[in-house]
Amino acid sequence: MTTVSPARDLPLRVKLGMYFRLFALQGSWNYETLNGTGVGFAIEPALRLLPGGLNGQQYRAALARESRYFNAHPYLAGVAVGALTLDGVEASRIERFRTALAGPLGSVGDRLVWASWLPFCSLVAIGVYGAGGTALAVVGTFLLLYNAGHFLLRAWGLRIGLSRGLNVASALGNPVLRQGPVYIGRAAALVGGVALPLALQRIVGPGRVLVGGIIVAAFIGIVLLALLRERAEGWRIALGVLAVFVLYSVLT
Amino acid sequence: MSLLEVLPIALLGALLGLDVVSFPQAMISRPIVAATAAGAFIGNPPGGLLIGVVLEMIALDTLPFGASRYPEWGSAGVVGGALFASQPGGMPGALPACLLAALLTASISGWSMVMLRRMIAGRLARTRDQLEAGSRDALLLLHLSGMSLDLLRGALVTIVAMAIFAPLVRAIVAVWGSESAASHAVVVVIAAIVAGGALWKVFHSVRHVLWFFAAGLLVWSALLITR
Repeated sequence: MTTVSPARDLPLRVKLGMYFRLFALQGSWNYETLNGTGVGFAIEPALRLLPGGLNGQQYRAALARESRYFNAHPYLAGVAVGALTLDGVEASRIERFRTALAGPLGSVGDRLVWASWLPFCSLVAIGVYGAGGTALAVVGTFLLLYNAGHFLLRAWGLRIGLSRGLNVASALGNPVLRQGPVYIGRAAALVGGVALPLALQRIVGPGRVLVGGIIVAAFIGIVLLALLRERAEGWRIALGVLAVFVLYSVLT
Repeated sequence: MSLLEVLPIALLGALLGLDVVSFPQAMISRPIVAATAAGAFIGNPPGGLLIGVVLEMIALDTLPFGASRYPEWGSAGVVGGALFASQPGGMPGALPACLLAALLTASISGWSMVMLRRMIAGRLARTRDQLEAGSRDALLLLHLSGMSLDLLRGALVTIVAMAIFAPLVRAIVAVWGSESAASHAVVVVIAAIVAGGALWKVFHSVRHVLWFFAAGLLVWSALLITR
């Protein structure tokens, strides 16, 4: 039986080291091990506390194991990183735990961060621009708001992982993770309804007679794009239409 | 632009390109930040902000899920912001031309990220034995070289894009045929359609979301009347 991992009460400097390394979790992201080597990189400071230290057999076995394939949302990977720094757990159990945890950490994080928090913060920043905000106000609002959630989520993940170990499944049922995307989605829709037209007005400028035409054209376009759903990528359509328009404007 | 002028922009493109995936993913790579920062480097933050907002609306359509290929907005935002901020004010073709350059850069830069991640997988395959033996040095080398290569990738993309698009945008703006209002209107309509479509794509499964969007539009209408 192989046991892994150091004491549960890690020194503060080790915890901080792991936390800061989590920000570089995807430095060696690749199509084979995905986040795996990043997990190994983030957990490495804790593994040094294993019996035998840096040159010990347990350290090497654990580092090799933690650096294998793993997939999770980068902000929530701290849950796994923290959970895997446990005392006396069989290696086979750790393998099963890694396999079981990867899916939920990916889907929960994707829904909460990429599909809710990020668009919400973008729309708030666009709204600040539409309301006449300066460059500093727009960028400052976005970065402060977004990273308040970002830094807290990473810290929460590591703390939960360290404190609950292999029993982190219940933590993934946290109301913020489960219901957060719904509430943030509604807030984003509300903000989007105000922010987008305000920003478009500011870009077009005051006194322009084209506003009515822009609203009608945008409405028709949005409905068409919504009907296409996953079959069309809006940014690619934008690129194509813009290329044609630029070509037309140059040739005429 | 001379090489000396492009170098700070390339450094910015490198740092913000690194943020997209490798470090620290604090979203300083979002176009609203990247383009504004590039505009500030040129001495025209409002110019960078304007194109940054347009790019941000378009970027709402691309969410970095899993291993899907998506455009890289960090370096692209820097290129778009630097190009637009350096145009003389009031040129009708500047916004569409710079936006096109930024979107093309985003696409090419997205492809370069895929190439980089394949390269890292290749390096991983070559050091697999060492990693399986639990070599700390092999892991740190793989990880830190991956980040360094990503930094280099962002710089190269920015330099190449600036070298190609700076003269091209200047030439396009010089011969631009459409009037100013129409040029802005086309850009605004494109951004509005992509942003609106993106919001629907992301949030359509949330119950009552249309009512919340409609409530937002009502607030906007009220602001319009009271202003």
